[in-house]
Amino acid sequence: MATISDVKPAEALLSNDEILRYSRHLIMPEVGMEGQQKLKAAKVLCIGAGGLGSPLALYLTAAGVGTLGIVDFDVVDYTNLQRQIIHTTADVGRKKLDSAADKLTAINPYLNLRTFDTKLTSANALELFREFDIVADGTDNFPTRYLVNDACVLTGKPNVYGSIFRFEGQASVFATEDGPCYRCLYPEPPPPGLVPSCAEGGVLGILPGLVGVIQATETIKLILGQGDPLVGRLLLVDALGMKFRELKLRKNPDCPVCGTHRTITELIDYDQFCGIRGQEEPAGNDIPSISVEDLKKKLDAKADVFILDVREPHEYQICHLNGYLIPVGDLPKRVSELDSSREIVAHCKMGGRSAKAVNFLRRAGFTKVYNLTGGITAWAERIDPKMPKY
Amino acid sequence: MPQIQIPSPLRQYSGKQASINVPAKTVGEALAGLVSQHPDLKRHLYNDEGKLRTFVNVYVNDEDMRYLQKEATELKDGDTISIVPSIAGGGTI
Repeated sequence: MATISDVKPAEALLSNDEILRYSRHLIMPEVGMEGQQKLKAAKVLCIGAGGLGSPLALYLTAAGVGTLGIVDFDVVDYTNLQRQIIHTTADVGRKKLDSAADKLTAINPYLNLRTFDTKLTSANALELFREFDIVADGTDNFPTRYLVNDACVLTGKPNVYGSIFRFEGQASVFATEDGPCYRCLYPEPPPPGLVPSCAEGGVLGILPGLVGVIQATETIKLILGQGDPLVGRLLLVDALGMKFRELKLRKNPDCPVCGTHRTITELIDYDQFCGIRGQEEPAGNDIPSISVEDLKKKLDAKADVFILDVREPHEYQICHLNGYLIPVGDLPKRVSELDSSREIVAHCKMGGRSAKAVNFLRRAGFTKVYNLTGGITAWAERIDPKMPKY
Repeated sequence: MPQIQIPSPLRQYSGKQASINVPAKTVGEALAGLVSQHPDLKRHLYNDEGKLRTFVNVYVNDEDMRYLQKEATELKDGDTISIVPSIAGGGTI
């Protein structure tokens, strides 16, 4: 059973106001005065103040965790509000840390909140983690996941893990003394290009709520030393089927970071490890392309331009340029629908998928096919401000 | 017949099906049967050398097949095979 070593609950005395605040905890034998003092003495570091970080931080604060650290460098935008419930419409444009701090201190003025306005990196992670007892991973990308895991193993801090995609979530507790770590589960990240891009991405807004609350629950249990933590177990949440399943996780003796013959003894370059590039970057400059302004001119001049929309049908419903829809994944089997003698302008949301489509079509013998730089988003920003952006 | 559970990120390659029954005596046979029914799944499950990708875990019921007999793990009637890929998060992938 994982416990927290440097919590000194005896020093964390509760005032009468705090005793009243936590009365529903104090009358439970599993928490009681001793447990509540453990919570007050505990220091939890939350990585990210987004979808998972919102419920995590809110519940840990309400429950009386004494010191909460949050690492985030992002700014609230409108697309966050569908799931990141710590932020409100009025917070759009503010730093997530400032927005979160307002809500958390309003919920619990006894909270010692420590905000870190930075990206978590190999240069700062170890030093940061050493100041806390538990790390709760609410990040949204593979490099940071592996960084959090390795830094937790190297500093001996439990990693309360949660991850989400569309309708599915995963949760576990990694890097306890005897338990497996994230690398025992997944030794390597997927290579770029094989993970679903923003085309097929998205997430049901309540799912990070479900998974984040599971992470908060596990964090509280670790602090209290109560119950059975998700050590050596991977919880799978399927919100569509509303099924919770549990898989066995074993500590991998060959794990490079926590196994018997460790090859990773310090933090590495995680972007390189994950082969990372920008998010849906247009693939290189060698792709023949056209700007939204030039496309507009051609259309206004009634030039013969065939617009190929390689997004998904549900994206077409949001906005479109009257293009011919063939999702990029279907292009190989539907290429015969296209006329290679015509000038074709391919577009997607941002230009990444359509760059792949242009590459594919050029290799297939199409010579007059161009990528719309910046995609339909650039069109909405620079040509048609009435068009919705998503 | 063993049932293979397809995770949502891969369902676009399985004709949108969440679970597929494949007649097979071993895990290897079941996965081979799956990709022959749905060829688009192949490159997501196997690398160029024909080995299962390291970020795709395969479970027989609740046990990781790496700790059973891997692809040679024998299947009984009613066994469930789960494909569990790594997922990173919700904001950006």
